[in-house]
Amino acid sequence: MTRTTEHSEPLPAEPSASTTLLRFATAGSVDDGKSTLVGRLLHDSKSVLADQLEAVERASAHRGQDTPDLALLTDGLRAEREQGITIDVAYRYFATPRRRFILADTPGHVQYTRNMVTGASTAELTVILVDARNGVVEQTRRHAAIAALLRVPHVVLAVNKMDLAEYRESVFAAIAGEFTAYATELGIPEVTAIPISALAGDNVVEPSAHMDWYGGPTVLEHLETVPVSHDLAHCHARLPVQYVIRPQTAEHPDYRGYAGQIAAGGFRVGDPVTVLPSGRTTRLAGIDLLGRPVDAAWTPQSVTLLLEDDIDVSRGDLIVPSADAPATTQDLEATVCHVADQPLGVGQRVLLKHGTRTVKAIVEDIPSRLSLDDLSPHPRPGRLAANDIGRVRLRTAEPLPADEYADSRRTGSFILIDPHDGTTLTAGMVGASLAARPAPEAADEDGWDF
Amino acid sequence: MTTTVPTAEGGEGVADGPYALSHLDALESEAVHILREVAGEFERPVILFSGGKDSIVMLHLALKAFAPAAVPFSLLHVDTGHNFPEVLAYRDRAVQRHGLRLHVASVQEYIDRGVLKERPDGTRNPLQTVPLTEKIREERFDAVFGGGRRDEEKARAKERVFSLRDEFSQWDPRRQRPELWNLYNGRHSPGEHVRVFPLSNWTELDVWQYIAREDIELPAIYYAHEREVFARSGMWLTAGDWGGPKEGETVQKRRVRYRTVGDMSCTGAVDSDADTIGKVIAEIAASRLTERGATRADDKLSEAAMEDRKREGYF
Repeated sequence: MTRTTEHSEPLPAEPSASTTLLRFATAGSVDDGKSTLVGRLLHDSKSVLADQLEAVERASAHRGQDTPDLALLTDGLRAEREQGITIDVAYRYFATPRRRFILADTPGHVQYTRNMVTGASTAELTVILVDARNGVVEQTRRHAAIAALLRVPHVVLAVNKMDLAEYRESVFAAIAGEFTAYATELGIPEVTAIPISALAGDNVVEPSAHMDWYGGPTVLEHLETVPVSHDLAHCHARLPVQYVIRPQTAEHPDYRGYAGQIAAGGFRVGDPVTVLPSGRTTRLAGIDLLGRPVDAAWTPQSVTLLLEDDIDVSRGDLIVPSADAPATTQDLEATVCHVADQPLGVGQRVLLKHGTRTVKAIVEDIPSRLSLDDLSPHPRPGRLAANDIGRVRLRTAEPLPADEYADSRRTGSFILIDPHDGTTLTAGMVGASLAARPAPEAADEDGWDF
Repeated sequence: MTTTVPTAEGGEGVADGPYALSHLDALESEAVHILREVAGEFERPVILFSGGKDSIVMLHLALKAFAPAAVPFSLLHVDTGHNFPEVLAYRDRAVQRHGLRLHVASVQEYIDRGVLKERPDGTRNPLQTVPLTEKIREERFDAVFGGGRRDEEKARAKERVFSLRDEFSQWDPRRQRPELWNLYNGRHSPGEHVRVFPLSNWTELDVWQYIAREDIELPAIYYAHEREVFARSGMWLTAGDWGGPKEGETVQKRRVRYRTVGDMSCTGAVDSDADTIGKVIAEIAASRLTERGATRADDKLSEAAMEDRKREGYF
């Protein structure tokens, strides 16, 4: 999406060279070695400390195991330890001198699709594991489909247990080829395939001595170097207003700022902007970045926007560039993942939270339920049960300025809430389910062209 | 999990283009988003403030989030009665300086009234739950900010940013709401409340790097100083009126500092020469022990000690 407004100056570079943050998620079936990979990443990047390892050794010995069970590092709840399974998303933290990582460690079992969706919703990268002996299986296709649906920008295929396939290049090449073809069909823009042995440590943190034929990065090297900055040239600028800041003090008698986290793109002082849904227009008189005035700001910074005209703006409104405003609508069609135990049915009244706005809505229709294997549609299911993915048509009580999820993961997403007990029912993505549209063209040399 | 980044700035930068935020800026922006979301959606939010580094960072973020207006939250301190005097003094200074309102829930008062009983081990940390939850009910707080981080403990690694508590303040890890994108769901019924953790995604080292970057003042006990301590269960505890040392425990003067601030009866000091923030960061980066492993007795009670306390309403 090209912007129509123009500015001559480029934005200032990030002031301090520093570490960046990458959020990523893992996906793998029960026996693909996901816990071992996570344990290996944490252990080999020296993020497991002595007392944690000691606690794992103690607990393992207590159960009569000879070697420490690294899965105990990640399975934190009583029920998980009792059943030996992971029942919920957990977040792990580790770092290298180059980057900080937040890992959404999601259970791989199909009944926990909602957990993978949860993890993928904030992830910039997903690692999908396959067992080199089994290759691409049904579960692999499901993981790829969810990564495609959630539009995770980077997908890594980790072909694990290469030690049990004699480290053969042909085994890896066949799996990588099959997966990449399938991923392309789903519209996944980029796949990096890496042959590993999580158990032996090949190509996870240290390069493998057994696979001379592989010239690519280790898993950790790739995590460290994959780009995390946003391609602002192709983003609509969006600021959902969270809170109106009005000090009403002697020092700031007239200060009226609209606080929020920039959901996409960037803003610059002087930009003509429109406030939705009212449609009133003005210009940006100033941008405060946490108490400090700046000329420009971009996603995902939390800022306060000051407007030239005193127009009515409140929490739930969306501030956008006047030249690039989304249409507002009361009829949304979306792909959803149902995350609650109680089903979602046609005619159901719900609350819909989009950005900072929560409105009443009704489920008009559920045209299809998607097969998890390849997201092919099955018509008129009547309702969606826990972990189902489907298409839904919604009618909202008030107009919403929604983007297509394909254009903006933040302003194209919403959640449905049960108005009676507050349960989070459903995760929604506005517009087409898979990459029906071609990927945006490459950025101009200048980067951000407005 | 603590990390092994060797320096405050973390070595060479990553070529990520001009619009990548540094990890501290990204964490700060996310925390501010969470603070503002609560201000926008709740009637009676409160910040749990212990005078420890995490709650101090949380307050600092709140000051930035609403600048130039005042922080629209009051503070709540759960006073175990065994506080470090330096920390209480810091608390009162912060309240004064920023014109905030402070609520205090006092464990001592509950013991004096005979509602709570001192434990045989003298640890008062688990006793905080009742005064905390009763104060929440009494004041009808509907959102309670905590400085808890997911890297502290594996049960916390599973906790949501917005964590719904029932009318008994209980946490049920199996009935948590999935958190999708940054769309936090704060819906709750009367009597229920939401615990909110803006620092969920921060690690101990992030907190220290941020304190250094923002030049935030901390209570002096975080930096190495001479102190009268005695050994108990492999930790150095501060001698004092709270009940230590017991017979057979001997007091000695050592150069120590604290990695966490809590009840004096269960918060241990570590031997340290780190008397500046730069030295503290270097020390943490090189440490082979987690913050809680090094200094908290109460987490060692059982494999699920934290989970069990949280289920009852503890943070």
